[in-house]
Amino acid sequence: MGKLTEIRWHARGGQGAKTASLLLADAAFNTGNYVQGFPEYGPERMGAPITAYNRISSEKITIHSNIYEPDFVVVMDESLIDSINVTLGLKDEGAIIVNTERPWKEVREQFKDYGGSVFTINAREISESTLGKYFPNTPLLAAVVKVSKIMEVEEFIQTMEDSFKHKFASKPEVIMGNMNALKRSMEEVRGYED
Amino acid sequence: MAIRDRLSGNEAIAIAMKQINPDVLAAFPITPSTEIPQYVSQYVADGEVDTELILVESEHSAMSACIGSQAAGARTMTATSSCGLALMWETLYIASSIRLPITLALVNRALTGPININADHADSMGARDAGWIQIYSENNQEAYDNFIQAVRIGEDKEVQLPTMVCQDGFITSHAVENIELIEDEEVKAFVGEYIPVASLLNAKEPIAIGPYDSPHYYIEHKRQQAEGMNKAKEVILKVAEEFEKVTGRKYGLFEAYQLEDAEAAIVIINSTAGTAKAAIDKMRKEGKKVGLLKIRVFRPFPHEEICDALSHLKAIAVMDRSEGFSSIGGPLFAEVRSALYEAENRPMLINYIYGLGGRDVTTTHIEEVYNQLFSMINKNQTGQVYRYLGVRE
Amino acid sequence: MKTKDGVEINEEIKWKDICPGGTVAYPGSADLFKTGDWRSMKPVFKAGECKQCLLCVPVCPDSSIPVKDKKRLDFDFDHCKGCGVCVKVCPFNAIDFIKEGK
Repeated sequence: MGKLTEIRWHARGGQGAKTASLLLADAAFNTGNYVQGFPEYGPERMGAPITAYNRISSEKITIHSNIYEPDFVVVMDESLIDSINVTLGLKDEGAIIVNTERPWKEVREQFKDYGGSVFTINAREISESTLGKYFPNTPLLAAVVKVSKIMEVEEFIQTMEDSFKHKFASKPEVIMGNMNALKRSMEEVRGYED
Repeated sequence: MAIRDRLSGNEAIAIAMKQINPDVLAAFPITPSTEIPQYVSQYVADGEVDTELILVESEHSAMSACIGSQAAGARTMTATSSCGLALMWETLYIASSIRLPITLALVNRALTGPININADHADSMGARDAGWIQIYSENNQEAYDNFIQAVRIGEDKEVQLPTMVCQDGFITSHAVENIELIEDEEVKAFVGEYIPVASLLNAKEPIAIGPYDSPHYYIEHKRQQAEGMNKAKEVILKVAEEFEKVTGRKYGLFEAYQLEDAEAAIVIINSTAGTAKAAIDKMRKEGKKVGLLKIRVFRPFPHEEICDALSHLKAIAVMDRSEGFSSIGGPLFAEVRSALYEAENRPMLINYIYGLGGRDVTTTHIEEVYNQLFSMINKNQTGQVYRYLGVRE
Repeated sequence: MKTKDGVEINEEIKWKDICPGGTVAYPGSADLFKTGDWRSMKPVFKAGECKQCLLCVPVCPDSSIPVKDKKRLDFDFDHCKGCGVCVKVCPFNAIDFIKEGK
């Protein structure tokens, strides 16, 4: 069995956790991996806490259950941290990535009981300054790839560029904005105090 | 050449439908199968298929439209789940008794109540005696492969029966995974053109279908219908053999995984088989002789083959993802236990009801089942036969 | 009546020979089934009273009133079940309704 990486996404209904998990699956697929991307389904309720998952491996994946001991956790909406134990089962060798505007030190302090690494990314600021709107998916994807090392950064940038070119063929400014968001996120995802 | 892609189980079925390009698709949307007719309606709108899409007001009407359409001589398909299949109830029997090879994509979902939208097999197991061939799929790849094969199986002159291809709601229907697709032209060549034995629109040979059958004739018709199901077994294997030539992917009546030298095994259907394989790989590394038999074809039920494949085991757990309320176990258990009656040395046999209404099943749960089997072997005692897995006691 | 393969359909037919699904292999097969002996009452066509309005023809549930050259003929007693609907519908009392066998 090749190295299997398991990721859990936390968000609220409507914030795009399912889409993010599918985009990550896409990127990993395009770079030659076996992938799974799936949400945990319940009644559709805007704003309710939802979970989505990724499995990524160099070998065929047969498991069809949810993920209880993830290598990485991504928190798309930090207001969930008060109501949900987002680090539940998270491996100490892994990391949690939080979308936040707060300084890294404050977030690290919030997760002082978690033994693994804590990373922060200000997806809102990056998204709004590069794309003019709040689309947190691209910055978060970049942060996950950078932190988890599930694929080579260059390969990831290349495959994302290809897919943006395909998706936004008639809007070159959107391609440029997304690529800038991607690159900035890679640099700005923080695992230490500034 | 195979096309490497990543698709959800619903997307995989929709692509299969696009490649087959059926004459008619009649459907009514229901979670979690809704995406299938939704994607096909997009293909129709984009002119990628010349399928006649019939959007009806209920599943009873969907199956009725399928019956009319297939009887008229058109290759016809539909998709449904749960209460949708239940609402087709009487028409399922009509389709099979008129010997109409309709192909149905079933995305397995629990039956109400309490109301639940997630995976279990209550829907298809409830329809197991409706005279439809039932083929089950572990993942998106198998759903796709099985659906393409189903068309050929049902339409075979010796069979002439409708077929439902099942996969687990959400778990595989909505999970994106890697898949290998077949080239359009190869799918078209594989399924060929539908040539009905008789059809209502053939003006040269007018027929009438669905007449009243008196007690003098009804049982003869049922005996003949049963023969179609009996013959289906060899046709399924023949079609699988041809399919392997095209794709390299091998299919049988069931899949045996690490079964040959196993002492303890589980018998299981659909997506949890994959989870069990991961548990088996782990336990094998620990030196435990565990194996798996995954049912692919439930109707017709391959009794003899399953008896042969299981009779050497010491202990077996049959896993049912639906309650039969028989008070002695689920529907798969009844079949497997019946099959093993013919074995000279019958293994110890227990039944687990698991995963109802989408309750998640992990490798840990599966390991727990194997541990129970080993404990039975060690004590040489079966103990309680009818059990629940992961229920709060 | 026979199957497509030419086997006579009667209460002796074996399961292997019977029409799959009960499909009726030929059109107009109802003609072969004589229902005339089901009658307890019998319509009597009085040609002299009949104005050939043809109201009786479409209401007959067993298509037992033959029409030729836009004129109705006497009843087809091989199939007429004696229901009397034609008697009720006739505006000219051109159909009597009597006990069968008289």
